[in-house]
Amino acid sequence: MNAVELKDISKAFGGILANDGIDLTVKEGEIHCILGENGAGKTTLMKILFGLYSKDSGRILIKGQEVEIKEPRQAINLGIGMIHQHFMLVNRLTVAENIIAGDEPLKGIFIDQERANSEVEKLSQRYNLKVNPAARIENISVGEQQRVEILKALYRNAEILILDEPTAVLTPQETEELFQVMRKLKRNGKTIIFITHKLKETMTISDRVTILRDGRKVGTVTTSETSPEELARMMVGREVVLRVDKKARKLDRPIFEVRGLSLHNKKSNLYLKDISFTIEKGEILGVAGVEGNGQLELEEALTALRKIEQGQIILKGRDITGLRTRERRDFGLAHIPSDRLKRGLIEEFNLERNLILGSEWQEPFARRGFLVKRAIQAYAKRIIKEFDIRTSGSQAKAADLSGGNQQKVILGRELMRDPDLIIASQPTRGVDVGAIEYIHNLLLEMRDRGKGILLISAELDELRSLSDRIMVIYEGTIVAEGKTEDFTEEELGLLMAGQGLEGVG
Amino acid sequence: MNEILESIFSINTLAAAIRMVTPIALAAMGGAFSERSGIINIGLEGMILTGAFAGVLGSYYTASPWFGVLLALLAGGILGAIFALFTIKFKADHVVAGVGLNILALGATTWLMQVIWGSRGSSPNVNGLEEISIPILRDIPVIDKLLGTQSPLVYLMFILVISGWFLLFKTPLGLRIRMTGEHPEAADTLGINIKGVQYFSVILSGVLSGLGGAYLSLGHLNWFSMNMSAGRGYMALAANIFGQWNPLGGFAASFLFSYTDAVQMRLQGLNLNIANELIQMLPYLLTIIVLAGAVVRSRPPEALGKHYEPGGEG
Repeated sequence: MNAVELKDISKAFGGILANDGIDLTVKEGEIHCILGENGAGKTTLMKILFGLYSKDSGRILIKGQEVEIKEPRQAINLGIGMIHQHFMLVNRLTVAENIIAGDEPLKGIFIDQERANSEVEKLSQRYNLKVNPAARIENISVGEQQRVEILKALYRNAEILILDEPTAVLTPQETEELFQVMRKLKRNGKTIIFITHKLKETMTISDRVTILRDGRKVGTVTTSETSPEELARMMVGREVVLRVDKKARKLDRPIFEVRGLSLHNKKSNLYLKDISFTIEKGEILGVAGVEGNGQLELEEALTALRKIEQGQIILKGRDITGLRTRERRDFGLAHIPSDRLKRGLIEEFNLERNLILGSEWQEPFARRGFLVKRAIQAYAKRIIKEFDIRTSGSQAKAADLSGGNQQKVILGRELMRDPDLIIASQPTRGVDVGAIEYIHNLLLEMRDRGKGILLISAELDELRSLSDRIMVIYEGTIVAEGKTEDFTEEELGLLMAGQGLEGVG
Repeated sequence: MNEILESIFSINTLAAAIRMVTPIALAAMGGAFSERSGIINIGLEGMILTGAFAGVLGSYYTASPWFGVLLALLAGGILGAIFALFTIKFKADHVVAGVGLNILALGATTWLMQVIWGSRGSSPNVNGLEEISIPILRDIPVIDKLLGTQSPLVYLMFILVISGWFLLFKTPLGLRIRMTGEHPEAADTLGINIKGVQYFSVILSGVLSGLGGAYLSLGHLNWFSMNMSAGRGYMALAANIFGQWNPLGGFAASFLFSYTDAVQMRLQGLNLNIANELIQMLPYLLTIIVLAGAVVRSRPPEALGKHYEPGGEG
């Protein structure tokens, strides 16, 4: 029997078709992957199924019955539960409160706190999802938060579970644990829809895969009868090289050095403790770690966007610790920020303006206090061509570009300044496979041209394929550093989770 | 000097503070409900003022102060519903809508006063609420002076503040209100009717502020005068923040303000060589100091002042 059947679902946002006549059949008791790039329409489709978005047309059948789902309440009543990519959890409330809200056990007119805790406890044991019911969300780990999300759905007796990119925030070990939970849920007769853009995970966990591209369904295949290469081809629409070629490099002289950098972020209560490292000319140093372990603070400290308490930052032999952001940039530091929309671009500005940000007062872009339109336009056109930015022209707003092309705008702006050191933070986040390929090759090209690169990334595969050396950051401390080939993926995962190497069997 | 200390620490000052805290604490609790559900409520001031006016109006026409109280609750609730309509349905900026509400309330009450009583200054005297005397409290020495004999609305305020705390922190509705103000999307995905929760909370804040207004015009005094609320709504707003969006905390903060107010009034009676205007500033000064100092530590609901539209169009 089919747990879910979606027929000819369409949904447009402001004239752009996010879902274009999508059919999907999910069998009862299977793990069904929805595979596609960012912007392929996966999440939109699932939000329609869960009642968060209204569909423009199409039909939904649950267990053979045609249904109308206009709001989450109806989806919940039909036995559908959704675990969102951005957790739907209230930081200030407890685990139990987050789970029971909307369906609270009562004692008179009051919430029965004891029964709430015991019911959460019971569910947690049954599915092996360890949580502490009394803990506040803001005090527990990301992995535990995800377990709370799953328990929320199970508490409402969900039979069909939708997991939206659940592994994006997890270490490899946590991912493996999640997969075990998913297998257990499957054995208990639950149907699981798993949204992802990762081929490896699709191959590992799913029974069948439906591939989406540009809002359309490309096809559904049985996992045991397909290969990562075939899936990649269906997902991107052309042959993709899944590997990058990295040339061997010789030792060179150091170009960037950080000594004993320490600071305290009061807002998140994170301490960066005594961070020291060196980057040579033509070397990529990768920073691995679970998000929120100090990567952002490090990025900000190096670009003078955050004050440091102790330490020295040395670029090309000169102490730049006392220099402000602009002075550091002028001295040869480039920055690909982790939050592209917050720090990388001004979405409402056109490309010309975005591309001269940070140089807008300099010749030839400005003369006697006025912008020189012709020079700016010529410069923008050159970058658009050189960096293969797909756009309607240099007057297009940054907001109208895809994630990958926005990222190319930033790369173009930063790299055209001919920097000596590039701080690239999450350079391929939210970027399609084609652009990832381009950005990776571009970073390697910069490396081969003798630039130093600090690559901060949450993607282990990216770090492992690009970096010459890797250091692992955990709770604001560098817990390990070495050549890339000295670490296995498992070791990195354990280090990222705060467990030392001695724990490896 | 002794006189000053005496006026600050005397039992009479404390008793006066208890009388004056009532409208502020009620409106502060209203603010707590509204803001816990995500709606910034600057309109408390206008709600108090309208409640005060409606209270006198009801008593004027029926000669029954209790009917006046009922009308004040209703008027506060209606004002709350209008405010909710603008902020929730039409997604107006909460602060702008609140300020608009206050101006509307001031203009409307002043105009109606002119139309009904032919005066822009104040209404004629009406029947106010009689003070009542509580047997057990009356027999305890110090408590007697503070709580032995008070307006019934003072006792009602204590009951409401405590019930409000239970409602907000111990019942399903309270949990849903808090969840809506922190993370409306999360509440939505749990099938919680977030708009219903917000309408309830904002209307409740109007009803409570209206009751506070009725106390001003029927409990404390027995007439209405132009701009009678005199900034108490803003004090309530500050008290709510200082009290961490908690009815009990809001009460404590309101008490601090009203106590300062009581001290200020006593000091004026002492003929000190200070301009009365400066002394009158005390409670307002404290409001500013508390807000400036407290804002650093306070933590508002995360989605406060934001609009959320289910259906992905927002």
